[in-house]
Amino acid sequence: MEKKITDPFILRGILAGIAVALISGLVGCFVVWKRMSYYGESIAHSSLLGVAFAILMGVSINLGVVFTCLLFGILFLWLQHSKVLSSDTLLGVLAHVTLALGIIIISLNKIKIDIHAFLFGDILTVSSSDLWGMYLGVLIAISLICYNWSSLLLVTIDEDLAKAEGVNTLNINLLFTFILTIVVAISIQIIGLLLITAMLIIPAAASRRLANSPETMALVATFIGIVSVILGVMLSVEIDAPSGPSIVLVSAILFFLSPFLSIFVIKK
Amino acid sequence: MNSLNALISAKNINVFKNDKFILQNVDVQINKNDFITIIGPNGAGKTMLLKCIMGFYKPDKGTIIKKENLKIGYVPQSTNIINTMPINVKSFITLRKKYDQLSLKQVVVETKIGEIINKQISVLSGGEMQRVLLARSLLNNPELIILDEPAQNLDIAGQMNFYELLQSIYSKRKLSILMVSHDLHLVMVSTKKVLCLSNHICCSGKPQQIAQDPEFISMFGKDMANMMAVYQHNHNNNPNNNDNSLIGEKNN
Repeated sequence: MEKKITDPFILRGILAGIAVALISGLVGCFVVWKRMSYYGESIAHSSLLGVAFAILMGVSINLGVVFTCLLFGILFLWLQHSKVLSSDTLLGVLAHVTLALGIIIISLNKIKIDIHAFLFGDILTVSSSDLWGMYLGVLIAISLICYNWSSLLLVTIDEDLAKAEGVNTLNINLLFTFILTIVVAISIQIIGLLLITAMLIIPAAASRRLANSPETMALVATFIGIVSVILGVMLSVEIDAPSGPSIVLVSAILFFLSPFLSIFVIKK
Repeated sequence: MNSLNALISAKNINVFKNDKFILQNVDVQINKNDFITIIGPNGAGKTMLLKCIMGFYKPDKGTIIKKENLKIGYVPQSTNIINTMPINVKSFITLRKKYDQLSLKQVVVETKIGEIINKQISVLSGGEMQRVLLARSLLNNPELIILDEPAQNLDIAGQMNFYELLQSIYSKRKLSILMVSHDLHLVMVSTKKVLCLSNHICCSGKPQQIAQDPEFISMFGKDMANMMAVYQHNHNNNPNNNDNSLIGEKNN
C-alpha cells in the first residue's frame, strides 16, 4: 500500500512532531547556552530503561520514561555534588549503564517491542491518545519555563550571581531536569532516543546567528524545529526512511543554511 | 567598632571539607562605609568566605548576623559569565530586577556603560563586562557591594580604570565594599582595611600597617610590601599621574 501525506497516521505523525518542535527548540536553547548537550544525551539514553520498566509494569511508556529519566537526573545532580569525578565522566558511566540495563531487561523478558522504533523513531506508533499526552506535556513544560523564565536565564548566565540574588539554584536545576525529561518522553516515539539531542541542539544552534535576544532565539529555534519536522516527516514518507533521521537531516540542512539566512535577519 | 553601624557581623566562621579547614575561626565585621579588601594566596578560602557572608554557603560553625533587610550587590568573576546566549547589556542588567528608569539611567552614567548599553554581552571586552557587572550590582541601591576578584583578567590600565571607578562610586554613594583582590598595590588608596586570609586571618588592619606586618611579609614577600609602600607614596603625591599616562598609551 502506498503511503500518502494525507493518511491519518502521517498527519498524526506530523502533529506529534510539531509537539516535539514546540518544546525542543525552547529547551534546546538552554542546553546550548549551558553547554549541556551531553547531559541531554545521557538523559535520553536512560529513557530506554524507562521504556522497559513501563512495559514490565504495564503502565504508560511516557510515564515510565519521565520517572526513570527524572531519577537519573536526580542521581546525577547528587553524584555531581561530591566532585570526585567530572560531570563528563559521571554522565558517560550513567548513560551507558542505563542504556545497557534497558536493553538487557527488554531482551531477558522477551518483551515484544521494536527497539529500532525507540532508537530512531517511528511515526506509525503514534496514536490519538499519545497525541493528547504529548500536547499536555508540551503545555506543562512551556508553562513551567515561562513562569520561571528570568530565574532560568540568570542561573544559566551565572549560578553564583543567581544565588547571590536569592534564586534557589538547586530548585531551578531540578526543574530544568524535569523539563528535559518531559522533552525526552515526548520525543522518543517520533525522533528516537538516539537522536533526541540532535533535535535539542541543531535548531537552537541554527537560530543562534539569527537572534539577538534569548526570546527571539527560542522562537526562531522553535520555528526551525517545526519546519524540520514537517519537511522531515514528508521526506521519510517519500523515501520510506525512519522519521527521526529524516527530521534531523532536514534540520541539519537548515543549520548549514543559517549563516546565509543571518544576512537577511540581523539588520543592526 | 560600633555594633549599631554593623551591616554584617560574622563571628567564628569555620568551614571544613574532607577533614581540612577551609576557614578557621574567621571573624569579619562590615560596618557602614567600610572598604575592606581580602587578600590571600590561592586556596586561602577567600571565595568561600564571601559565599558564607552572602548566605549561600552555610558554615559548619559560627554565626553571621546581618542588618535587617540589608541590600547586597554582588559582582562575580567576569570569567564565569557565559557568552553563548544572545542578550544585550540592558536586558542583562535588568534581568530579574525591579527597577525604575531613573535609577537605571543613573547607574548607566555612573558606570560609564552608555555607549555599550545595546551591545551583545558576548562581544564585550573584559573591562566593559566588569563595568556591566558592577552596574547590575548597583541597580537596586545596595548598602554593600561584594566583589570577587573584579579586575582579575584585565590589563594594568583596565585594572586602574576599574578601581578608580569603584573608588568614585564608593565615595559618591557612601556604601560599603567588601572585595577580594590581589591587586593590593592598586587599591591601596581606597581600602580602609585589609584582611589577610590564609584559611585563618593572618593579619588585618590599615594597609600601611599590613605592609609592615611580619606575617604579611612572609606570605607575600618583601617586594610586595615595598611595592605597596611605593604605590601608596605615588598616589598620595600625584594621584592621577600614573593612571593618565597608562590610559593615554592604551588609546594610542
